[in-house]
Parts: sequence; C-alpha cells; structure tokens
Amino acid sequence: MVIVEVRNLSKRFGEKESLKNINIKVESGEVLALIGPTGAGKTTLLRLIDLLDMPTSGRIYFDDTDVTQLGKVGLETRRRMAFVSQKPVVFNTTVYNNIAYGLKWRGVGKSSIRQKVDNILEMVNLSDHKNRNAGTLSGGEAQRVAIARAIAVEPEVLLLDEPTANLDPISTSRIEELITNIIHRYGTTIVMTTHDMAQGQRLADRIVVLINGEVHQVGERSEVFAFPRDREVAEFVGMKNIFLVEFKGSKAWLQNLEVELGREMKDAQGYLAIRPEDIVISRERLSSSMRNNFRGVISKIIREGFYYEVQVKVGWVIFKVLITGNALSELDLREGASIYLAFKSTAIHTFQ
Amino acid sequence: MIEVWHAFIKAIELIVSLDPEVMEIAGRSLGISATSVILASLICLPLGGLIHFYRFPGKRVLINVIQTLFSIPSVCIGLLVFVLFSRAGPIGGLNLLFTPTTMVIGHMMLITPILLGLTISALSGVDKAIKDTALSLGASDFQAVIIISKEARFAIVAAIIMGFGRAVSELGIALMVGGNIRGFTRVLTSAIALESQKGELEMAIALGIILLSLSFIVNVVLNRIQQR
Repeated sequence: MVIVEVRNLSKRFGEKESLKNINIKVESGEVLALIGPTGAGKTTLLRLIDLLDMPTSGRIYFDDTDVTQLGKVGLETRRRMAFVSQKPVVFNTTVYNNIAYGLKWRGVGKSSIRQKVDNILEMVNLSDHKNRNAGTLSGGEAQRVAIARAIAVEPEVLLLDEPTANLDPISTSRIEELITNIIHRYGTTIVMTTHDMAQGQRLADRIVVLINGEVHQVGERSEVFAFPRDREVAEFVGMKNIFLVEFKGSKAWLQNLEVELGREMKDAQGYLAIRPEDIVISRERLSSSMRNNFRGVISKIIREGFYYEVQVKVGWVIFKVLITGNALSELDLREGASIYLAFKSTAIHTFQ
Repeated sequence: MIEVWHAFIKAIELIVSLDPEVMEIAGRSLGISATSVILASLICLPLGGLIHFYRFPGKRVLINVIQTLFSIPSVCIGLLVFVLFSRAGPIGGLNLLFTPTTMVIGHMMLITPILLGLTISALSGVDKAIKDTALSLGASDFQAVIIISKEARFAIVAAIIMGFGRAVSELGIALMVGGNIRGFTRVLTSAIALESQKGELEMAIALGIILLSLSFIVNVVLNRIQQR
C-alpha cells in the first residue's frame, strides 16, 4: 500500500530550480532512503513531504488524499508524520518536556504523556537526563532527544533528514542502532535522506538517488549499488574509475588503451566505469581469464582507513585500485614501482 | 569633603531607621514604575508578537521608528502628557494632571518603544529551526507562537528590566506631569532633585542609594523568575 506519493513535484527558489518533476511512491512500512550529494534537493523534498513548504507545482498525496495545502489539512496531515532535522534542534527546557511537547499539542492527557515519555526515554537511553535542560546535551544526545520526540507522537511516517550528518562515528552508530530499533519495534514507514551511500545500504529497503534536483535512479538497495543507471549515479556510489571512451563493437578505446567489453555496444562516445575493488594488481602479468591486462606505474598510494587506494598510471590514464594493507606489503608496492593491473570485462559498467 | 561624608553617614541612618518619609517616597516610586511596566507589558508583549509574526507593508519602517523612540527624552513625553491633560488640553476635563495616574500614563508612553522593540528583537533572535521543529511535531500556528515566545523568555525579561529601569530613573515626567507634590506624587527622582537644590544632601544621597538598591532588587527578582 502506498502511504505517501509525490507527483510531478517541482520547487523553485527564485531563479534556482531545486526540484524538477519528482515522482516517488513510498510504500507503507518500508524504509526509503533519498541519497545524493549535498545540494541535491533532499532536504527540500523532505520538507515538502512534511508540508512545511509548498511546492511550486505538483501534488503530494497522503493515503491517496491530496494534501498539498497548509492550514487545517496541512496541520492534520503533519500530525500523522514527524520530522527530525539534520541539525539537532531542542527546545530550551528539560529533556522530558522536549519529548512531551508533540503529545501535549495533540491534546494527550497528562498521565498518558508521562507513561509514554518515560518508556521512550528508556528506549533512547536518556532516562538519567530526564530533568536536564536539553540545551546542555551533546550533539549525539540532542539528536537522540529529537528522534525520541519524533517517535513519541507515534507517527505513521517518520522523516529523517541526514540524522547523523553532524555526528562522530560512535554517535552515528548509536543513532543507526536506534533507527533499526524503531523499524523493528514500530514498523514505522521511514523516509530518510543521507549523502552516505553506506548508511543508505545499512538502513534502507529502497534507495532513490537524487542528483541536482532530479531522480536519477530508484531501486532496491543492492541494485542501485551494483547497477548504477548512469554516470552520475556511478560516481556517487563510489565507482572511482569513470572514463570518457569511444565504443567500437565489443571494444572501447580509452585514449590509446583498448578495453575488451565482452559485449557489443553501439559505436559512439560514452562512459565506462570500474569499481576500484574490481581491479587486481600483480607483479607479474596474470595469465588468467581476465581479458584486460595493462602494465603501469604506481603514481600514488593513499591510505583510506583499513584500505589503500593505489593510483596506477597506464599511458595517460590513471586507474584507482583499492587493496588491503596485507596485499600492499605482500606485493611490496611503492610509488614509482612498475606493476600489472587486470579486470574482468564483467566488471565494466558502460553508459551511453 | 567631610561634609559629604557626614551626609553619607546620615543617609545610611535614614535608611536603616526606616525613616517614614524616605520609605513613603521609595514605595511610591516602586508602585508607579511597577504599575506602568506591568500595564505596558500587557500591551507591548502581545503587540510585539503581532508585529514580529505578521507580514505587512511598512513593517521595517515601523520597527525603525520604534527603535528611534528608544531614546526619546522623558521631558518630551512629559510635555506631551502635560499638554494633553492640562486644563485647556483635549482631555483636560478628566482633571488628572499632577496625579499618579498621569505619571503612570507618561511612563507607559516612555517605555512602550523599549518593550515593543526589545520584544520584537527577542522573538527574531529565536532560531527559525524552532518554528519548523514545532510545526513538524504537530503544533498549530498558535502553539508554535507560544513555544517561540517561551524560547525568547530570557530576552523578553531583559526587555522588562530595561523598561523598569527607564521608568524608575526618569525625572522629566515626574516633574512635569507629577508636580512633585509631597505625599502624593513625589517620587525618588523628583525628591532627589528637590533635596539637593535645597542643600539637604543627606536626604538626597539616601534617596539615591535607595533608587539604586531598588533597581538592583527588581533585577535580582526578575532574574530569579526567568531562571525557573
């Protein structure tokens, strides 16, 4: 069942068109992630869904009813949703009062409020801070108050705008844990935005990729990651090797390198993308099934957490390869060393 | 110098012994200023809210005018009230000139711009995200206004303190429309002016100390209230 639907939604701020003709359906009970780079229009879209702003054109449906208006319908619809913003916002009063406000505004009785707030405080692990002024909490704690405040009103749809964007890794994982708890416990429909592809993968059932105010791809979480539909999405999901090429038959010319695609393409210009972890580095030329073998020189090695990004220059082209620390020391890789790299034709994504 | 020192000692004696005349003047000052601040607040806080929350043409000009009137000299207000309430004036028939009532009216006119202006700036000082958060949690427009005002409460109390300070310390209105009538409209400032001209330094100093202490106490009390 579709609970929220936006049709042909556009929003313009002066000259800037932030959202262009957006069509999205949110199924009841699912977690939908809107992902995209900063400035893609994710927050704008979320605010429109929550009826905090009105679209320039297009309609918003809640439970198959057109709710695109402020005033009474807007208020009633908004009361079926809750919104958590990127920057933790708390009212200058106790943690308890912060969480109680939404219920108070809905006319819930005092004893019922007390019971609900106490339960939720326990769930978000803030019972000890019940009577503290929320303004004195840390960023992560304040964000937990904001989430607690949102779920206290038992929304049918929970809107989360980059809930972890400003937080450290530990607070981030706590918030993600909390969101997972909410999903299990209440089965709330969640629409969240994130610029973190990995977070989208961890939390969402479906992903909508929003770039420059346009929907580029909608799909299951693994689908978007494995099969990006165009160059922009490919770039966003971490395919670091994206090249402009000339397709010819089953081959692509990447400057003067001949790349074997293993499938026929239309003769034209287009893009070719390879995930950095899909490229293999070796000291000797590999005699494997991998059709594409090139000899190159390491131009740079960059540490990325547990992994290393090795940049290999083949002719004028630079390939980025992701390897583990072990592989790095086993192969004794260093800048300036001459090595071989190889990749399967099935690892190549093509966009025309 | 010794004379001044003597006057200071005697002033302390007047205060400690709760001299009836000194106490009466101080009480009247407090009463008139407090009444005018309370009445003006009842008008200005909601009105400031209306000006802040509603969009209308000329809003910016109005706010500029209000801010300009922050520094209006109290003698100008005194003159205006005097002209309005004097026998030949438009409401002279009320026979209110040289009564505490006209002093309250004068004080209210004096501090209205301060209360209005500072209320508006207190409300504009509240993060816009507070309003969005309230609305997204299901607050009606009115409920959102209430919570925004609550967020601004510290700055609003500061506005009230400023208003009280201005009212209790002004002299122009007290003299021109109060008339400094002993036992009726004589307040701290007008009494200080009179006593020092008469050369009664100890009395003037005692009243001065009380005026300062009064402001201090009101400040402390209001600060206590806002911290709750």
